[in-house]
Amino acid sequence: MKKIAIVGYAQNKILASAGALNEVELIMPVVHKIFNSLGISQNEIDFTCSGSCDYLQGAAFAFVEGLSAIQTNPPIKESHVEMDAAWALYESMLKIQMGDADTALIYGFGKSSPGDLDSIISLQMDPYYISPLWPDRISLAALQAQVLLSNNIINEDEIMQAVIESRNNGLNNLNALIQTSITEDEYQKDLVLSSPLRVLDCPPISDGASAMIIASEDKAFNFSSNPIWIKGIDHRIETSNLGARNLSSSPSIKSAMKSLDIENTTFDIAEIHTQFSHEYPFLRKLLNLENVPINLSGGPLVGNVMMAAGLDAIGKVYEQLSTNSYKRGLAHATSGPCLQHNMLVSLEKNS
Amino acid sequence: MSQEDQEKDYFESSIHLEYQYTAGAATTRFLNKVKEGKLVGQECPKCKAVYVPPRGSCPRDGIATNKEVELVDQGCIESFTIVHIPIPGNPIVPPYVCAMIRLDGANISFLHLVHGIELTDIRMGMRVKAVWKPKSEWRHSLENIKWFIPTDEPDVDVSKLRFKAE
Repeated sequence: MKKIAIVGYAQNKILASAGALNEVELIMPVVHKIFNSLGISQNEIDFTCSGSCDYLQGAAFAFVEGLSAIQTNPPIKESHVEMDAAWALYESMLKIQMGDADTALIYGFGKSSPGDLDSIISLQMDPYYISPLWPDRISLAALQAQVLLSNNIINEDEIMQAVIESRNNGLNNLNALIQTSITEDEYQKDLVLSSPLRVLDCPPISDGASAMIIASEDKAFNFSSNPIWIKGIDHRIETSNLGARNLSSSPSIKSAMKSLDIENTTFDIAEIHTQFSHEYPFLRKLLNLENVPINLSGGPLVGNVMMAAGLDAIGKVYEQLSTNSYKRGLAHATSGPCLQHNMLVSLEKNS
Repeated sequence: MSQEDQEKDYFESSIHLEYQYTAGAATTRFLNKVKEGKLVGQECPKCKAVYVPPRGSCPRDGIATNKEVELVDQGCIESFTIVHIPIPGNPIVPPYVCAMIRLDGANISFLHLVHGIELTDIRMGMRVKAVWKPKSEWRHSLENIKWFIPTDEPDVDVSKLRFKAE
């Protein structure tokens, strides 16, 4: 297996509404930002892969239109996933492993403000038995929260602390959409949307875009003197039949941990794609991260760009390892209702 | 449940989603000009290609196109098709001509109707000009142009319209 490293990451400031900007106008600034930070251009990129979902802004083939933000002359090799861009990273890694590329540009973008995210997200589920019922994402998350609470896997105080901690961490994140802290009292008085979840337990509707560049060992040092190595990446999915899932555990995360052989690894830092506050204590225990700083960026609760937030978790671990003394980090990305589909990425800095 | 319902082996579950759709900042500038009866493209600062309608970028160079260029409302047919099959909800009665119109000075074409010609006479390279609807009907739409009609100028060699590669 080839060694592959992340050599750059950039993120637009997350907005509640990007207003009239189209996908080209969302993507171009972040792609230029990452190229400028590395002093390179599209000419140095062998493979380009994006992650987005056309349903979000309601524009058919928006992902194709989005390509107009990228220099395509001379012609480029490119692909797209109708998923979070964390999976575009996965595809790019396969491309490098197969020997078809040495460098890849990955970008993810999402504009949730134009539509009704609750309705849109319910369309990702089983089209025969679940989608026709239009279950909204918050009710489904609340279902799992209730299962976790009634099985004493997490408690209500841990849920509240997850929100308070995310808000506090978000104060240090210049790109965060929400940059205010909250008190226990404010949390307790907050409106319950779908028991047990309050408004503060849910991520804000967010617009934005992010980009990442990865390279094989041969090329990585051309871009960066301090590449961050992707030691392992694995993703697993559970059944789309919600009734057949055990929501009090996560077989997909457990098998990904096993496959990466990280069950006994001590990480210095982690960013987990916890869109709802109850997922934070749940995954912290499941991933053995009890004494590890998690979501120093504030995580999805302070800004949750659909189709980019998973890539952002990986990018934020990269940033922490690049700029701080941390050596080993774990990133998590998710997709689907109730943490159905999970990706784990283990990152390491040269000693 | 009625006898008829029991015999159904399917049901319809329609999907209805509402959006606040936005065209984008660059296309908005274009549409504002179209409302005034002007066709304003945008030029790439690097390769000088002119895009109409503009999307705000040059997809060859991956950079923003900020310079606006006013174009004339005539050009040629780059490609065309004759539509014989009625499309539900479309008020236009077949057969009619849909063509990719390349305005003079533009580097891309857009889809519009061509009228006022025998179907057997239509051809690639034919020179056309816009027929605008009455000013009172102008909106933020290329439908302000009713259709294009042929002029009596000589045809253009379409093979020479290919994107000018430097």
